[in-house]
Amino acid sequence: MKKIEREVLIIGGGSAGMAAAAEIAEKGHSVVIVERESTMGGILNQCIHNGFGLHRFKEELTGPEYAERYVNIINELPIDQYTGMTVTEIDDQKDFKLVYAFSSHEGMVEFKVKAVVLAMGCRERNRGNIGTPGSRPSGVFTAGLAQRLVNIDGLIPGKKCVIVGSGDIGLIMARRLSWVGADVQAVVEIQPYPAGLTRNIVQCLNDFNIPLHLSHIVSKIYGKDRVEGVDITPLIDGIEAPVQTFHIDCDTLLLSVGLVPDNEVSKKAGVIISNQTSGPAVDGNLMTNVEGIFACGNVLHVHDLVDFVTEESIRCGSYVNSYLEGKTKGSQYSVMAGANVRYITPNKFTSDSDNKFYLRSMIVKNQAELVVSLDGREIIRKKQKHVQPSEMISCEIKADLLKSTGLNEKSRLEIGLKS
Amino acid sequence: MTREIICISCPIGCHLSVSYRDNGNVQEKDIQIENNKCSRGLIYGKEEILSPKRVVTATCAIDSIHMARIPVKTTGALLKNSIYPLLEDLYKIKLMPPVSAGDIVLENFMNSGINVIATRSLSR
Ligand SMILES: Cc1cc2nc3c(=O)[nH]c(=O)nc-3n(C[C@H](O)[C@H](O)[C@H](O)COP(=O)(O)OP(=O)(O)OC[C@H]3O[C@@H](n4cnc5c(N)ncnc54)[C@H](O)[C@@H]3O)c2cc1C
Ligand code: SF4
Repeated sequence: MKKIEREVLIIGGGSAGMAAAAEIAEKGHSVVIVERESTMGGILNQCIHNGFGLHRFKEELTGPEYAERYVNIINELPIDQYTGMTVTEIDDQKDFKLVYAFSSHEGMVEFKVKAVVLAMGCRERNRGNIGTPGSRPSGVFTAGLAQRLVNIDGLIPGKKCVIVGSGDIGLIMARRLSWVGADVQAVVEIQPYPAGLTRNIVQCLNDFNIPLHLSHIVSKIYGKDRVEGVDITPLIDGIEAPVQTFHIDCDTLLLSVGLVPDNEVSKKAGVIISNQTSGPAVDGNLMTNVEGIFACGNVLHVHDLVDFVTEESIRCGSYVNSYLEGKTKGSQYSVMAGANVRYITPNKFTSDSDNKFYLRSMIVKNQAELVVSLDGREIIRKKQKHVQPSEMISCEIKADLLKSTGLNEKSRLEIGLKS
Repeated sequence: MTREIICISCPIGCHLSVSYRDNGNVQEKDIQIENNKCSRGLIYGKEEILSPKRVVTATCAIDSIHMARIPVKTTGALLKNSIYPLLEDLYKIKLMPPVSAGDIVLENFMNSGINVIATRSLSR
């Protein structure tokens, strides 16, 4: 078995892995990226629509363009890149880690490293996770798989489609399918509000007069070999109203019912998964409970903007640098999601440096207020013009402010949204 | 007639109520807009009636062992009613590698001043 020694190994060469690697290599540390696919870029390669990079590059780029900018950055730096190679296991030996990876042309490879960055992105929830009754014919795809088929492989999944769930991938695919000549009959969303961005509702559904049925579910799927149609039932006060069920003929069903961090490798390494974000629980240095294992990007929590992934991953890279240099900042105080907040990450903070948090709202509201309190005392109150679950909120808290308020070992920070 | 249009100039997403006389030649002064929380909503609503435009992203065929399609985009927003004619033209094109992101795939479509460029590089 081939053995390679480096300081850091990054699992995944998407926008997260590339940004973290660049930050680490720039500080002179040796780093290797292991990527399962044949090219770097991750999910960006199949997201051919535009809307990426407004914050990072001050331009509206498509996914592949954003990926290519980063590929050019990492190609200029001394970063080892292994493509077509999958990491299967991390063996924690305290002072160092052994990471095992496999590729068809190199076989099994053992990497000996001091730190590991988890940057494996996320997976799509599929039908098993949502449980729609009826037959199990072909013609049911996750929206992301359909996106890959259409945009990279040039295959069109069907002629008459119904999309389940109003997540952004589903909305983007509604437009994409319309533009390749398929008929999108409807988007069905169980919640009373859309899961995706308003911009996508307008440009991907309204532009094509595709109806969005909020508070509706697909109650039955018909068809023996191939999907032939679906029953759609409204929910009234959260309860199915079968008398108002209607039928739509279709040959394809796309599921856009959410993404979950890919935790397979992390769990095997003993990394604790947060039940709020469904990704690894991390401290203020984006380090998991296993010392030397860090996480960033969609594997940590599902991001809707690649710019945030990049920002978080550059920070992650700098925390890895501090770790290698023995300068890791202490971060022992806990952070909790307060009122109307579904989750917050990271789950620890430090008073030695500034802290950045990402959180998701549970409510849809104009003129909300973000309230930060430390041990029950309010320390920050900030106006939020508009909040909704599909738009992540970021919040920065300066070290000085935390120090001046006085901390003890049981100190607890709570961030909530006042409606 | 009155149309409801969602303003997407900021995340609030006001549901604008846009009224105008549909005589086939709507003038800016004949458009009334309500429910906008700020003046950007007026600009957006008028543009959506007078000359709605969109950036188009699509793919062209490519002769490569790595992938069947290569992504492309328009260099600016194109009038909505030119989108389908553009797509028809794009779907007839087959590119040969090498392609660099930024290469022009289709120039000055229907004299709009808008080009279509590749958005991904592929050496083979
Ligand atoms: C369909 C879709 C549409 C989006 N649209 C927008 C948009 O319009 N604007 C915007 O700003 N953002 C958008 N985003 C969000 C943003 O693009 C992503 O959140 C971001 O690119 C994720 O980056 P990542 O590196 O965390 O994950 P990924 O890009 O998923 O990268 C993870 C990589 O890890 C690799 N990997 C996984 N497991 C292993 C393993 N065991 N061994 C080796 N490699 C492994 C995978 O192959 C993959 O390449 C969209 C996201 C999706 C999914
Ligand atoms: S009208 Fe103004 S406040 Fe309303 S969505 Fe448009 S830009 Fe935002």
